[in-house]
Amino acid sequence: MIIVVNGKERAISATTLAGMLVELGLAETRIATAHGGAFVPRAARESCVLQEGDKVEILAPMQGG
Amino acid sequence: MHVYGTELRSRLLLGTAQYPSPAVMVEAIQASATEVVTVSLRREGAGGEQGLAGQRFWDVLRPLNLRVLPNTAGCHSVKEAVLTAHMAREVFDTRWIKLEVIGEHDTLQPDVFGLVEAARILVADGFQVFPYTTEDLVVAGRLLDAGCKVLMPWGSPIGSGRGLNNVYGLRTLRAHFPEVPLVVDAGIGLPSHAAQAMELGYDAVLLNTAVAGAGDPPRMARAMAQAVEAGRSAFLADPVRARDMAAPSTPVLGMPVFS
Repeated sequence: MIIVVNGKERAISATTLAGMLVELGLAETRIATAHGGAFVPRAARESCVLQEGDKVEILAPMQGG
Repeated sequence: MHVYGTELRSRLLLGTAQYPSPAVMVEAIQASATEVVTVSLRREGAGGEQGLAGQRFWDVLRPLNLRVLPNTAGCHSVKEAVLTAHMAREVFDTRWIKLEVIGEHDTLQPDVFGLVEAARILVADGFQVFPYTTEDLVVAGRLLDAGCKVLMPWGSPIGSGRGLNNVYGLRTLRAHFPEVPLVVDAGIGLPSHAAQAMELGYDAVLLNTAVAGAGDPPRMARAMAQAVEAGRSAFLADPVRARDMAAPSTPVLGMPVFS
């Protein structure tokens, strides 16, 4: 199915947020996630079910002032 | 100084953005002797063209063993700022958050109404909030009421390097809240600006562009650290007040009369 990840459409076969992160190679990285505009804590990623067209944000550390 | 129960020996907080390279950033951080650096959050590349830039940045910063103060830079609404803060807490594993709710594009001026609302929400959610605010006394009071234990008024707009735009306002804020840790955040361009903030009795300064944008960032970082220390010492030394007329420093008693 198509999931909009960080503003870009991606074809994903996983059905949960946790599964999608594994698929994208991000499972072991230092990131935080949001699904449909709501924060999804690490512990809730497994139970976060994805549906066609869902929007996911994956954020990581960046330089800041 | 103590902030949220943490003792900080350095009164200079430094940003991590805009350095010519990660190596120069590290060198500047070390030259500044800071204990707290600000960081941010952005979309991770997910293996795309940019690769895992976020992870690489973190790999450079982590060995320095500093406290990180994540910001909510770029957030223009309470909802965005609160969401970003929650994500930052998980990424950086800290309750500290530099809360920015931007209200105006040209000046990057804080939306103080949104700021107070977001601060209230985040304090209730267990955050230790460092609000980026103006020198407005009433807003400062509202932020303290909301549960903030530190205030970070701007010197002048972010990245402008204009120094302290409203010295009177900053002095008034200091006088009204003598027990609250106050940090001048944004607008510092020169070591003299940083020293001035400290001479007013501010507890610390937070800056980024002045160092990162200098021709020699590590050297400027060192200069800023020296200025902050000099300004702090000057404040503690109880400086003389400016006066309109001259006052002879050499004693006049015993002056010879030649005519």
